[in-house]
Amino acid sequence: MKKYLPLILLAVFSVLPLLGLSSYVMHILIFVIMWAVIGMAWNLLGGYCGQVSFGHAAFFGIGAYTSGILYSKLGVSAWWGMPLSLLVVTASSLVIGYIFLRLRGPFFALGTLAMGVILRVTAENLTAFTEGDLGIMIRERTWVEKIWYYYIILIMAACTFYLIKKVVESKLGYYFVAIREDQDAAESLGINTTYYKTVALCLSAVITGLAGAFYTNYMGYIDPKVVFALHDISIVTIMVVMVGGVATYWGPLVGSVIMVVLAEVIRSIPKLGTAHHTLFGILLIVIIIFLPNGIVGDYKKLKRFFGVRRAS
Amino acid sequence: MPKLEVFLQTLISGLLLGGLYALIGLGMTLIMGVMKIINLAHGELMMVAMYIAYVLFTFFQMDPYLSVLVAAPVLFILGIALQKFLINPVLKTDAIIPENQVILTVGIGMVLANLATIIFTSNYKSIPVDYATKAWYLSDIWKASPIELSLSVPWTVSFLIAIVITVCLWMFLAKTDLGKSIRATAQDNDAALLMGVNVGKMRVITFGLGSALVGAAGCLLIPIYYLYPDLGGQFTLIAFVITILGGLGSTIGAIIGGLILGIFESMTATYAGMGWAPVGRFVIFIAALIFIPGGIVSLLKRKRLGK
Repeated sequence: MKKYLPLILLAVFSVLPLLGLSSYVMHILIFVIMWAVIGMAWNLLGGYCGQVSFGHAAFFGIGAYTSGILYSKLGVSAWWGMPLSLLVVTASSLVIGYIFLRLRGPFFALGTLAMGVILRVTAENLTAFTEGDLGIMIRERTWVEKIWYYYIILIMAACTFYLIKKVVESKLGYYFVAIREDQDAAESLGINTTYYKTVALCLSAVITGLAGAFYTNYMGYIDPKVVFALHDISIVTIMVVMVGGVATYWGPLVGSVIMVVLAEVIRSIPKLGTAHHTLFGILLIVIIIFLPNGIVGDYKKLKRFFGVRRAS
Repeated sequence: MPKLEVFLQTLISGLLLGGLYALIGLGMTLIMGVMKIINLAHGELMMVAMYIAYVLFTFFQMDPYLSVLVAAPVLFILGIALQKFLINPVLKTDAIIPENQVILTVGIGMVLANLATIIFTSNYKSIPVDYATKAWYLSDIWKASPIELSLSVPWTVSFLIAIVITVCLWMFLAKTDLGKSIRATAQDNDAALLMGVNVGKMRVITFGLGSALVGAAGCLLIPIYYLYPDLGGQFTLIAFVITILGGLGSTIGAIIGGLILGIFESMTATYAGMGWAPVGRFVIFIAALIFIPGGIVSLLKRKRLGK
C-alpha cells in the first residue's frame, strides 16, 4: 500500500478537476501543488543537504523573469521560458554557489538572504531590461480554463517527486545526508563536499526556477516585489517545509496544503487579514519549539500527544 | 571646485551614517560572538525601539535623544525575555536542521513587524523635532573658506551619542567583571564554564545587551529617518553585512565595518543613484566574503603577526 501511495495520490489529483470544481478552488489547488514543488526543491537542499537557504526567491524570480523578459523583449511565447530557465537558473546557481557555498550553516542562510535582496533591487533598477517596478504583463493568456495549468504543474510535481526520491535514495542522497550531519567528517571520508553541495543547490534551484517560470505563465503578471519577495516567497518556502516535515518525502505537500489553505482562510476573515504575518510567525515559532521536524517528521510525537489527551 | 565639495560632503555624511551603522552592528556582533547564533530579528527590535520613541514623543513630547534612556532598558528586558522563553528552549530541542534558531528569529521578527503594522498602521511616520533640518555651515566659522560644507545637527548629535555609547560599551567589556565574563564566554564557552562563569546567564545578558544597543541606535536614528513597520528587515541585513565585513564577533571590526559601509553607501547614493545604494551594500558584502572571509579583523591580526 505504502509503495503505491504516490501513484494513488497522483491518480486522485488528476481526477480532481474532472469533478467540476469552481475556478477559485482550482486556483488554490494549483497554488498548493506549486508550493509543494518549491518546498520539495528547498527540502533537497535544506532538509537533505543541510544548507538552509533564505533566498529561494532568487531562483524563483530568475525563472519568472526569464519567461517574462523572453515575452516582453523578444516577443516569444512565455512558455519557452521554462526550458530556457533551466539554462539561466543553472548558470546563476553555479555563480551563487561559488560565492555562497563557502559559507557554513547560518552564514550560508544569511548570504542567500542577501542574494535574494540584491536580485530584487537589481530587478527594480534595471528598468531597461525588466521594466522595473512596473512589472511585466503577459497580455495573451494561453488558456482561460485553469485545468491545463493544473495538469502542467501536476506533471511537474510528479516529476519532481520522482526525481527527488531517486536522488535521495541514490549514493548522491547519502552524500547529502553525510554533509548535513557533519561536513568535516564527510570531507575526511573523501566526499568532495563543495561539489556535492553545488549539485544539491543546482538541482534545487532549477526546480524552483521552473516553478517561477510556470508562475509567470499562470499569473500573467510579475514584478520584482512579488517574485523576489523575502517574506512571501523565501520565508513561506521555508515554512512549507518546516510545517510539513524536514527531510521527508511528504512533508512539503502536507506543509503546502496547510500553508496555502491557512493563508486563504486568514485572508478571508476581514479583521484577521492584516495579521496574517503574525499568525504565520506564531505558527513558525510553535512548530519550531514543539515539532522541530514538522508534522510528518514528528508524526509519532503528535500521535502520542493526542493519544494521551484522549485517554485522560 | 564643486566636485571636491560634493565628494567631501558625501564623505562626511557617510561617516556620520557609518557611526550609527556601527552601533547597529555592535549589538549583532556581540550576540553572534557569545551565542554563536544569528539574530534575524535584530532590525525588528530596532523598529520596536523607534516606535517607543515615537509614542513617547507624541504623548509626552519627550525628545527622541532622551528616549534612549527609556527605550534601551525596555529593549534589554524584551531581549532577555525572548532569549529565556523562546530561543533557549529551541537550543535544547533535537532537530534535523541545525539552523532552527535562525528560522525562529525570523518568526519573531515577522510577529513584531506585523504587530507594529496592526497597532500603528503601515503609514510612514517621523518625529517633527524642530532641529531636524538645522545644520552647521563651514562658512559660518571660516568666512574665507573656498568650499562650502555643512553638518546636519541631528546627524552630528546622533553620531556623537553613538560614540559615547560605544565607548561606554568598550569600558564595560574591558573593565568590569561582567564584561570580562561575557568576553570569556565568547572566546571559549567550555573554558569559561570551567572557570566558574555562569554561561547561561551570560547568554541571556548578552542578548539583552545586544537588543539594548540596537534600541539605542533606533532612538538615535529616528530624528533623521522616517519610521514604518517593515524597516526592520533592511537593518537586519545591514547589521549582518557589517558583522561579516568586520569579522564575526569582533567589536572593533563592527565599528570599522560600520564606518566603511556608511561611507561606501553614501558614495553609491551620490555617484550611482539612490536606488542603487542597497546594491552597493551587498557588493561590499560579497567582496568581503570572497577576498577577506575573516573580515577586517583578520587583516589587522595578520599585520600584527607580521611585525
